Parts: sequence; structure tokens; C-alpha cells
Amino acid sequence: MAKTPGRAVFEFLDERFLLSDIITFGRKKMVPEHRQSFWYFFGGICLFLTGIQVATGLLLLLYYTPHVDFAHESVHFIMSQVKFGWLIRSVHSWTANILIGVIFVHMFSTFFLKAYRKPRELTWMTGFFLLVMFMAFGFSGYLLPWNELSYFATRVGTDIAGSLPLIGKWLKTVILGGPDVSQATLSRFFWFHVALLPLAALAFIGLHVLLVQTLGMSKPVGVREKREIPFFPDFLLKDAVGWTLILVLVGVLCVFLPWEVGPKADPFAPTPLGIKPEWYFTFMFTTLKIVPPHILGVEGEMLAILGFLAGGLLWLLVPFLDRRAARDERSPVFTWAGLAVALYIIVMTVLTYTVPKL
Amino acid sequence: MPMKKPFSRLVAAAALFAPLVVFGQKNSCLECHDQLEDELKAPVTAFKGDIHGQFNLSCVDCHGGNPAEDDVDRAKDRTFKGAPKRTQVPQFCGGCHSDGAYMRRYNPGLRVDQLDQFWTSRHGQLLKGGDSKAAVCTDCHGVHGIQTAKFPKSTTFPWNIPQTCARCHADAEYMKGYKIPTDQIAEYQQSVHAQALLVKKDLSAPACNDCHGNHGAFPPEVSSVASVCRQCHLSAGELFARSPHKKAFDELGAGECEACHGNHKILKPSTAMIGTDDPAVCAQCHEQGSRGFAAAAEIRTALDGFEGAFQDVEGLLALAEQKGVEVSDAKFKLLDVTTILVGVKNLTHGLDVAEIRKSVGEGETALAGVRAAGEKALEEARFRRQGLVVATVCLAFLAVALALKVRQMSRQRKST
Amino acid sequence: MKRRNFVNLFLGGSLLATVAAFLYPVVRYLLPAKQASAAQQKVTAAKVGELPPNSAKSFRFGSSVAVLVNTAEGQLVALSAVCTHLTCTVRFESDTATLFCPCHNGRFDLGGNVLSGPPPAPLETYRVEVAGEDIVVSRKS
Repeated sequence: MAKTPGRAVFEFLDERFLLSDIITFGRKKMVPEHRQSFWYFFGGICLFLTGIQVATGLLLLLYYTPHVDFAHESVHFIMSQVKFGWLIRSVHSWTANILIGVIFVHMFSTFFLKAYRKPRELTWMTGFFLLVMFMAFGFSGYLLPWNELSYFATRVGTDIAGSLPLIGKWLKTVILGGPDVSQATLSRFFWFHVALLPLAALAFIGLHVLLVQTLGMSKPVGVREKREIPFFPDFLLKDAVGWTLILVLVGVLCVFLPWEVGPKADPFAPTPLGIKPEWYFTFMFTTLKIVPPHILGVEGEMLAILGFLAGGLLWLLVPFLDRRAARDERSPVFTWAGLAVALYIIVMTVLTYTVPKL
Repeated sequence: MPMKKPFSRLVAAAALFAPLVVFGQKNSCLECHDQLEDELKAPVTAFKGDIHGQFNLSCVDCHGGNPAEDDVDRAKDRTFKGAPKRTQVPQFCGGCHSDGAYMRRYNPGLRVDQLDQFWTSRHGQLLKGGDSKAAVCTDCHGVHGIQTAKFPKSTTFPWNIPQTCARCHADAEYMKGYKIPTDQIAEYQQSVHAQALLVKKDLSAPACNDCHGNHGAFPPEVSSVASVCRQCHLSAGELFARSPHKKAFDELGAGECEACHGNHKILKPSTAMIGTDDPAVCAQCHEQGSRGFAAAAEIRTALDGFEGAFQDVEGLLALAEQKGVEVSDAKFKLLDVTTILVGVKNLTHGLDVAEIRKSVGEGETALAGVRAAGEKALEEARFRRQGLVVATVCLAFLAVALALKVRQMSRQRKST
Repeated sequence: MKRRNFVNLFLGGSLLATVAAFLYPVVRYLLPAKQASAAQQKVTAAKVGELPPNSAKSFRFGSSVAVLVNTAEGQLVALSAVCTHLTCTVRFESDTATLFCPCHNGRFDLGGNVLSGPPPAPLETYRVEVAGEDIVVSRKS
């Protein structure tokens, strides 16, 4: 039988890249199917959205200029003059927010399903670092349009970093590239956003995905269901349906709610009332606002910041702290703790937007 | 060593008490009055913030007496003038404030003609005629806590002046018998000037004294109202001066700006003020069929047309913006048209129909460009929505196709 | 067999359509727009010799209006033309060599300083450079 052109190309590449072996390895991966397997999709959604961010980010890089005299103007140019610039930029901004939201969902779903238990501790830890990295992506990216909101949100955010004990002042200067938000900050944040963080994220995503591929999907404790489907192509195709629907959502958002350009940052203007950071930081921001000024003689804000750092550390080390889950036993204590954390984050975030003069 | 101790103590004592000698000059007036109550203590409290005190002037400099004496009778010696009667206050203050050589010692830039001006004012005239209800220096400036007019809390600081005048002029009971209205301040508060001065804190906006004068306060005569307004509204005044209305109004004895704009309740003008129907006043003088009547109608039509078109385009841009299209460039061009619109409305004072038409023409040409940009923006909004439909349809098909494929594959696996 | 082919065809076709629908905006995005770039901080306000001495021209600068003045001595100055009182546009008066605001008689000298009237602050001045035939105005940083 005559070879089809497709077959010929495949054989050519197979001889050189040993594709067959890779494919055989890939075909082996199975994904359990049970009542909670719906949550497995979220990891792939995170990856998909990250891909969108890389693509749109790359396109924005073509027209964006990271200098205080041109940043805002270049964003305005993209939104008004570049063909479909409004779309690329709005997709980038909307997807950033959706991505961080999905990362939180992914994190909490793996938490409650105890997917972090042995041998997947490193998957959890790399994932936590990725969460921090993506929030840093969000924080650094937010400054780049150099508008009023971004300038002041950056000021407020770095002020909080600056209030850490001992290292605060130094840390703030390093982050800002100086004592204030300035050109140095813009250059630095641009570097974080398009060079340092992407490389770091790539490395950690690589590790994270490698671990998932090698170890397979974790089944929740006590699930005896043996049904499985192959990862390639069945699970992926199902994941793709989700991706398609998310694309529809993003499209609708971008057409009806394009991201605004905003007024250009004016360092001499007074801070606008009610300035807040992006929504994914608001739970920390509001905590700092409502914490009493002094607790047992220690400055309240400082205590809260240290509390967050300690909490973050504990959260990172959950796989090692949850001994019962490591033995494949139910661990309701950690489930309740996780619920408390999730509830806290949700309540604090909602409070930020519903209570006017917090 | 022991011998030096008492000497050093003496030096220390002298050093400690020296300030008392320099600054703590005995002032028995303040000391005694501070221990009294209510209106006898009030001068002491108020004087702490008084500008005279800042120049080291005190009770004795106005009231006389001997502040070194604790005994009240000896303190109130021959030089003691006491509190002046209301009718004597102007001369009392003028004793220093009209003396150029004296005032030079304290504030060389301060005017010394306030008393002269005061006698030309209505307040001064009434006072000379024996009416002690008329305003004297202390009614506006306060008495012991006098602050300069440059100090924001002073009764004579621009945005406090309406309140200061209102103390008498808005008091119907007090003003009974003077045959002038008492609603001026209430009317002023509704005006654009009050809005600018009191709300927007624009210190260049007029308060009572800017039009009526300060110490020589007098309502401007009908024929000089325009001169008053022209201080700030120069171009409107110049246009009016060369318009046919100037001669006509002067002959009629009608107040130039005031006839259409009012005096205290000056509101934001609108095109409705010109025309042949209410509330325009043109028809009050110009009969139907007259040239003036026709001109009024023409001007109104031109203005309304232009302003209407302007508002249309404004709405167009707002709609496009609401639909998510970037219109800041078009909005910028609209600013140019705003300038022309303001200019055209001002030109109505000149009543030159040809001139107004020309300006309206320029404005409408500029507006056409903005309108085109606005319509292009709306088109872009439409295009985006259409694009969304196309993309969503493709994605919907893709989702269905994927789902079908998944179903097919799982069926296949089940059968094998 | 037919069913399988249909599903594959449907999948392939919809995938192709979606990719095309996404590729089209990206390609249009990449192609350069008519207006070269975003840098609006340097504006060519006029050509050399365009303005006689003691005259002026207004032009767009960034998002607002500016005025380029050729003084009687032949010096070129550029300033913001937005009056600092209530944002009306000022105009050059050749007989007084000042910038005058018709709204409430604000008056500025050619250095932007307030000479009389209600404006509370001076006009921002810009840098003027001559590059060949062009008179280029930019912000003083």
C-alpha cells in the first residue's frame, strides 16, 4: 500500500526524534474517572490560559514601550490605532485575572482532594511557588500601562512590603529600584514581567507538569472507583471543550468590557480615594486595613504581615504536616483548616468591595 | 569653687528672668479682664489672634490708659479713651489707619484712604446723617480678633465676605425702613459666581466687594454696571459696547449687563435668553416684524442648531465609548469645537448676525470632523460585535465537534 | 465508518475555522498601522519660515493644545495653550506680545507667567528645537 504523505513525514521524524517511544510512553498515562474527576481539568485550564498570556504578551511586546514618557501613550496607541490592539490587550488583561482565579480554584481543589499527599509533595510545592509567581506577574504587569490606578496601587503595595520588620526598607528599595515609584521601577517591573518571571515560571511549570505526568493523577482518599480513561487523547479532548468555552467567555468580556486605558499617572497628584490593589491581593489588603493598630503592644499591621508569611509557609509545607493524608487516611482537621482559609479569603475579598469606607 | 556658686546662680537667674523683662511687659488690662467673664473677658480671648497684637500693639495703643498699673482707677488714667461709640468707630480706627507716616512703620504697602473711601459709601453717608445702624469698621472686620483679608478665616477673606455682609443685609428685621431688598445674598448664593467662589474655591470669582467696592461700598449706578462686569468679562463688554444695544440701553436707562443677566442671581447663560419666545426678553422691546425681532430669531436658530449638533456628537462619542471603543482622540478634537461654541455664545453680545453666522459655520465644519470620527467609532463597535458572533459560532462548533469526538472515542473503547 | 469520518471532518473543519478566526486578528495586529508609532512627545509644530515674526500658531501636543510663538526678535517659544483658570484656549496678541485668554481676561507673558487676571498658575513651557526644515516641540523632562 502506498504511504500517505502524513505517514512519510511521521516516519522521517520518528527515525530522528524517536517519536514512537514518546508516544508509547504518553499512551500509558491514564486518568481516573470518578465523581471528583471534574476537578482534574483545572490544571490544564491553567496551562491553556498561561499559553494565551504568553502569546498575547508576546504580541503586546511589539508595540509597548517601557518608559514613563511612552508607556501610557503606547498602550493608548495599542487600544486606539493598532488593528485588533484593543482585543489583544483586553484578552491579556482579562485572562490574567481569570488565570489567577483558576489557579486559586486549582489549588483549593487539589488541597481538598488531598492531592498533595505522598508522593506528590513537590507537585504541591512547585504549584504554590507558581501561585506566588503568577501573583507577582499580576503585580508587575499592572504597573506597565503607567496609569493613575497602577501607579498608586504599586505605591500602596510596595509600602506594605516596606513595613516588614528589619528587611522592609531594603526590600522596598530593591523592588522599586529606588525610594519611590519611578522610571527605575517601570524598567524593573518590565524586566520581572517579561524576562525573569517567565523564565522562572517556565522552569517551575516544567517541573510541575513533569511530576504530574510521571506520578499520574491522584485519586481522593477512599475512592475505590477503578474506571480510567487515557490522557492522550481522551482527557485532553475533554479538557479542550473547557478551553473552547473559556475562549467564548473571554471574547464576550473583551468586546463588551474592554480594558480601560485610564488617565496617565501623575506622581504629584494626591492619591485617589479608595485606591485598592487588584482583587487577588484585596484579602491581604483588607486584613491590613481592619487589623487593630496595636495587639499586645506589637504593631497590628506588622503582626498581620508576619501572620501572612507564617501562614504561607505552613500552607507550603502542608504535605509534610498532614501525616494522616500521607498515610492515605482521611484528615478532617486539614479539610476544615482549608475551608477556613478559603472562607477567609472569600469574605475578605467581598468585604473590600461591599463595605464602602473600609 | 564655693565662691563661684552664688555668682553663677545670679547669672542663671538673670538669664531665666530676662525674657520676662523683654516680652513680659506688664499688661494689667489683659490680666484683669482675663479674670472677668463673658463680654468683658471676650476681648482677651479674641486678641490672641489679632493682627495688631502681632505688631506688638496692645490695648493701650487704641484705648489709652496705663497698663503698668494694677489698680483699676490708676490704670484708667487721663489718657484712657474707653470703648468708642458706634458712630465714632470710623474716626477711632482712622486715627491710625489714615495716618500714612504712622502706618508706614508697620505695613508700608497698606492703603491709608479707607476712611476717606468710607465717607463716600452709603454706610458712611448714613452714619454722617446720624444713623448708627449703618455698618462701621468693626461690623465687617471684627473688633479684637481682627485678621488681615489675606487670612482664610478672616471675616474679610473673599469667600467669607458674603456671610459678613449678610449679617445685616440679609436680616429683614434689621433692614426694615431702608427700602432695599434683603434677598441679595440669597440670590447671590444661587449664582455662578457663588458656585465658583464658595464651592470651587476659585478666589478670582467676585464677592460683594468686587462689584460694590470695599470701603466705598455703593451699589453701582445703572450706567456703570457694565463697567463693573467688564473688569473680568472684557470681551463681552467690548462686544456689547459696539452693538446697537449700547446706545439703546443707555437711552432707556436700562442696566447694560443687568437687563438680561440680573445682578445678584447671575446664572449660567443659555441660548434660551435670546429669541422671540419666553424666557427670552428680546420681544419686550422688539415687535414682531421689526429688524430686531428677526435678528433675535435668526441668532437663536443658528445657536440652537450649532449647540444641538454639538450635543448630538457628544452623545455619539459617549455611546461609542460605552460600547467599548477608544474615542479620546475624537474627544480632544471636540474640545476645539467647545472653544468655538463658547466663543459663539459670547459673540451674541455684539448682535452682529453675519459675524455669528461665520463663527457658527467654522464650528460646524470642525464638528463635522468629530462627527465622522464618532460614526467611525460606532462602526468599529458594530464590527467588534459581529466579529464576536463569528468567533463564538466557530468556537461553538468546535466545542460540539470535540464533544462528539470524545463520545465516539469512549464508545470505541467500550466496544473493543 | 461514515459516522467516524463525519466526526473527524467536523472536528477538523471547526478547528480550522477557529484557527483562522484567531489568526486573522493576529496577522492584522502585526501589520504596521498607518500612524507609525505611539511616541507623541515630540511634535513637529511647524516648518521653518512658516511663521512670520510676532505671530503664533496653535497645534496639538499630546492630549491638549499648545501654541508656538515666533517673537518679534525671531525667537521661537512654545507653551501650553490651556489657560490655568478654567481651561479655555489662550491666544497670542501681537500688539502686546502676550498670551490672552478671552474667557476672563487672563494674560500671560511669553514665559508663561501670569501677568494679570484670574489664572492661578503659569503656563507650562516646552522645548523648541529646529531639526532641518522642522520646528520640533517636546516636553522639558
